Amino acid sequence: MSSSLKLYGLYDDDGILSDGARVLVGKGIKVNEVYSPFPIHGIERIVGVKWTRIAIAAFLYGLTGAVLSVVGLWYFMILDWPMDIGGKPNNYFVQNMAAFVPILFEFTVLCAAHGMALTYFIRNWTLPGVSAKNPHPRTTDDHFAIEIIPSDNSKFSKEDLEGILKETGTVEVFEK
Amino acid sequence: MHKESEIRYPLILGNKTYHQITEDVCAPVEGRANKLWYMAFTVAVITAIWGLGCITYTIGRGIGVWGLNTTIDWAWDITNFVWWVGIGHAGTLISAVLLLFRQKWRMAINRSAEAMTIFAVMMAALFPGIHMGRIWMAYWVFPIPNQFGSLWVNFNSPLLWDVFAISTYFSVSLVFWYIGLIPDFATIRDRATRRGPRAVYSILSFGWSGKIKQWIRFEEVSLVLAGLATPLVFSVHSIVSMDFATSVIPGWHTTIFPPYFVAGAIFSGFAMVQTLLITARKVVSLESYITRKHIEYMNIVIVITGSMVGVAYLTELFIAYYSGVEFEQYAFLNRATGPYWWAYASMMTCNVVTPLLFFFEKVRKNIVASFIISIFVNIGMWFERFVIIVTSLHRDYIPANWTLFHPTFVDIGIFIGTIGIFFVLFLLYARTFPVLALNELKSILKSSGDNYKNKKH
Repeated sequence: MSSSLKLYGLYDDDGILSDGARVLVGKGIKVNEVYSPFPIHGIERIVGVKWTRIAIAAFLYGLTGAVLSVVGLWYFMILDWPMDIGGKPNNYFVQNMAAFVPILFEFTVLCAAHGMALTYFIRNWTLPGVSAKNPHPRTTDDHFAIEIIPSDNSKFSKEDLEGILKETGTVEVFEK
Repeated sequence: MHKESEIRYPLILGNKTYHQITEDVCAPVEGRANKLWYMAFTVAVITAIWGLGCITYTIGRGIGVWGLNTTIDWAWDITNFVWWVGIGHAGTLISAVLLLFRQKWRMAINRSAEAMTIFAVMMAALFPGIHMGRIWMAYWVFPIPNQFGSLWVNFNSPLLWDVFAISTYFSVSLVFWYIGLIPDFATIRDRATRRGPRAVYSILSFGWSGKIKQWIRFEEVSLVLAGLATPLVFSVHSIVSMDFATSVIPGWHTTIFPPYFVAGAIFSGFAMVQTLLITARKVVSLESYITRKHIEYMNIVIVITGSMVGVAYLTELFIAYYSGVEFEQYAFLNRATGPYWWAYASMMTCNVVTPLLFFFEKVRKNIVASFIISIFVNIGMWFERFVIIVTSLHRDYIPANWTLFHPTFVDIGIFIGTIGIFFVLFLLYARTFPVLALNELKSILKSSGDNYKNKKH
């Protein structure tokens, strides 16, 4: 059963954790996850986590919104029910474009923002009713945790891993 | 880690640690409310009930119960709408525009400013809703297939642009605010000792764990949302101003309106943030985070935007004279010297003269003075909208139609009532939500904290 347990090193400073992570990675230990109460800048480069592509997704959602609103406005205002105001009918999209700009813009932003927010919630798996995975309640307060899966690091015995973790300045090492 | 110049003022005062920040911010949520809170809450609830009563009465009887007449067909309703939307501008400006400009002082105030924005926009949206008369038909403002055949809303109309602008602004601000709140709800969740609060904050925190990738996405989403919300801040009030500017009423038909309204909105929004936060920092003891320096920064924004508004007032007068159009000239002459001269004078005094006091450093750094001037600005900006709307309408082209606006008790009740509802929401927020962005503050503690800054010397 012990193989399914994960090993955690708890730190009380983000700087010490970053240095510790560097030491662990230097020794060839795979750091599975880091839990922190605020973003630690640069930690993703140390432990080898790729940067997110969510901004690209937002751009694509924005593009979708822009296309949808162009199509919608063209259909509502030009094709289906062209208005004739003061003898000036709106027969062509381009002629009427200026009046459409505010809604084109707003709808583009609406789609980009909400599309990105939904992607964010789903990719992060942060949704109502999901239970939290942080190993220690204080990792949302003032503590920082490194997670190591012993079976991923079969070169090291569990005792070795614990020893190395302790040397990096942890305040506590525990299994969970 | 953030780097910061040595000469910058510390943004977090006192000997704070990460844990102390958590303690300070969670204290109002975990502790009991004091008598002052209950007193304020009671007054707010009573006012809110009065307002809701007046709204129900309006819906039941129709908008004839307001003081509107055939000449003045827009008055307090739209005044209040524009006033509330204007107030709702500071929050997203602080959280989005100041994020893009990397202004770290926003971190202590953005959460409450955004809450204020959301509640203010809710109050604003109420007015066009009830002003339409048949509120149960409010969904007609959206372009949805309907039983009338090919009948769509008019996409050429600024009123429809407003529908899109306000709903986009509200929903995007809400999402932006909530995404920022999630990690802080997680902090409260993990500290909760009783089962009830723990369950509630578990749901509110969406199972946030603080993993690396979650934080990366968090920062990226914040940045992109800020980028998206920045043009929104400027577009919303521009579009609100077009409700007036695209009409042919003398006094409304001016091209200066969009920038002038945006400056006015930021001006009034910051004034309301100032009013609320000067009170809040005292009540929930957050003086170490919302410091005198923060208040000074906000005062600088107020004096700059206030001066822009002042320039706009004078430009308007000049252009009215320069245009050579007698109707335009009369509209402005009538504003300043007609029966509503007192509204014009209050607007000028509160918006142009009093904020100029902030050019004196002593006034800018004085908390009591800041509070009093912020109240002046709140009042002045209400009068600005009243002046624009009512004085432009009350004397139209036919002198036989000339009249004055007399608010009924329903007009007054709804206006005061929305202030009540706003404060009910804000007071509840202050007791149940983390009023400062915990995670953001912790990330600047080492670069902008008093104790860390002094250690370097």
